[in-house]
Amino acid sequence: MGAVLVLLERRGGDPKGSSLQALSTARKLADASGDPVVALAFGAGASSCAAVAGAHGASKLLAVDDASLDLYVPEVYAATLAEAAKSTGADTVLVPGTSLGRDVAARAAARLSTGLLSDVVEIERGAGGALRGKRPVYSGKAYAWASVPQARPAMATLRPNVFPAVASGSGPAEVVPTAAAKVPARCKVVRLETAPAAELDVAEASIIVSGGRGLRGPENFSLVRDLAAALGGAVGASRAVVDAGWIPHAHQVGQTGKVVSPSLYVACGISGAIQHLAGMSSSKVIVAINKDPDAPIFKAATYGIVGDVFEVMPKLTEEVRKIRADA
Amino acid sequence: MKIVVCIKHVPDTEAKIKIGPDGKSPDLAGVKMIISPYDEYALEEALLIKDKDPATEIVVATAGDDGASASLRQALAMGADRAIRVDVPGSGGDALSRARVLAEALRAEAPDLVFTGKTGVGDDEGQVGPMLGELLDRPHVGAAFALAVEGGRFVAQRGIEGAVEVVEGDLPAVIAWDKGDHPPRYASLKGIMAAKKKPLDVRAAGGSAAATVVRESLELPPPRAAGRILKGDAAETAHELARLLREEAKVI
Repeated sequence: MGAVLVLLERRGGDPKGSSLQALSTARKLADASGDPVVALAFGAGASSCAAVAGAHGASKLLAVDDASLDLYVPEVYAATLAEAAKSTGADTVLVPGTSLGRDVAARAAARLSTGLLSDVVEIERGAGGALRGKRPVYSGKAYAWASVPQARPAMATLRPNVFPAVASGSGPAEVVPTAAAKVPARCKVVRLETAPAAELDVAEASIIVSGGRGLRGPENFSLVRDLAAALGGAVGASRAVVDAGWIPHAHQVGQTGKVVSPSLYVACGISGAIQHLAGMSSSKVIVAINKDPDAPIFKAATYGIVGDVFEVMPKLTEEVRKIRADA
Repeated sequence: MKIVVCIKHVPDTEAKIKIGPDGKSPDLAGVKMIISPYDEYALEEALLIKDKDPATEIVVATAGDDGASASLRQALAMGADRAIRVDVPGSGGDALSRARVLAEALRAEAPDLVFTGKTGVGDDEGQVGPMLGELLDRPHVGAAFALAVEGGRFVAQRGIEGAVEVVEGDLPAVIAWDKGDHPPRYASLKGIMAAKKKPLDVRAAGGSAAATVVRESLELPPPRAAGRILKGDAAETAHELARLLREEAKVI
């Protein structure tokens, strides 16, 4: 059918986990048709990804080894991705569904006049080899199956932490030094500013502890932070407390915040408004702690505790510390 | 300064989604429709620029059917100067088709800035902003939460996983907004009255190509299995929960 091209997003030199998930998914799609998987990486030292790219299924690595592309340059990344799709004769382009991936894929799709399935949680080839994907819509209140019947290459961004990363033990990918597309760079990322505590982002966390109005004030968010720290998870929040200014919007889970599907979601003092439930109800295990036994959050919960967050949370933090220390 | 704000007319975020009779689209009968929240943040940011420099012209644009005019009127009531609706069925098909008809309408406007939301509620694709950048041959910033413009240059900040990107670039540019520091204003009674007299230009969509992405079906998520309420005081329930998370759910 044609190669499957995968964009690798690097942080600190190595491809991020979501990129390895995309590579492994590409390998699976390509195995069915016997096509090669080609990876594309930007920035100084891009060729150093050859071993890990090869182990996850790429036979070739297009390495755009250029220090001016260490940080995201939307126009150049998108044009280079589009050129790589053409030069490799790619039938399919898979991109990790991260902030960078979703942004660059959309621009590249417009450049290629092709179809892009955003944020898919399942992917396959349907009739005639058309790329099909299942994706959450209305922030997970529903799921849509969509396909790219004709336009090629068909593109998709993959929701992080949904597809497995599988190291097959193959040797390194063949490095193909590749020049960046010659397009103007009229905007670029000039620097990254990290959050003071280098906090774990809810979008990437496998465990999230979220707080809502039941905590009564921003000063009590330490209960959420303590439990999150004990669990090694990220701190989330409901829209109500973000709107009240207790915590920045980056922590908001829900329809106008982040849509998450961690393995464990602990909702503390959150009643469970429909727009919050939309953002977290695909989590594997949901714990709800709330005083009100009629709170809608209990309908979504795997385990519920009807009780005062101020009494339950410190005890739970203690229990979690104990159980993890024993392990 | 001229700013075009692209908005989308969408179901309220509090709305429950029901599957329509075609099995592909939601049944929107009786559902309240609103300006997509991120588009409303974008509009507010444009209005703040106009508050400082009243010479700024704000044009609000959408691709949609007649129903979408209500959101344009709402934007005019909040303070936009005039509106353009590119007449397409529903909300205009897939993202690329929508971006194309919007880009075509925008070219003649030659704005300094094109604003839109980082994603439209519903399709949740986040494609139109970056696509407008490409189709209009302009730089774009996706998911910006702050912007400063000076002397033909801009500096934007955008939140990514665990960090903030500081993005610098040239005008004209396309900025897709995340939620920033400024909650959208309410339309005043005076604004609502004035909006009735502001121009709302309805245009036919140019010859658009076939959709590249086709919706096959829409389904509701499977219902979650009934959960378990733990009994006992705070110490007992906390102990039992930690044990269940480790031994039964195996997530810690």
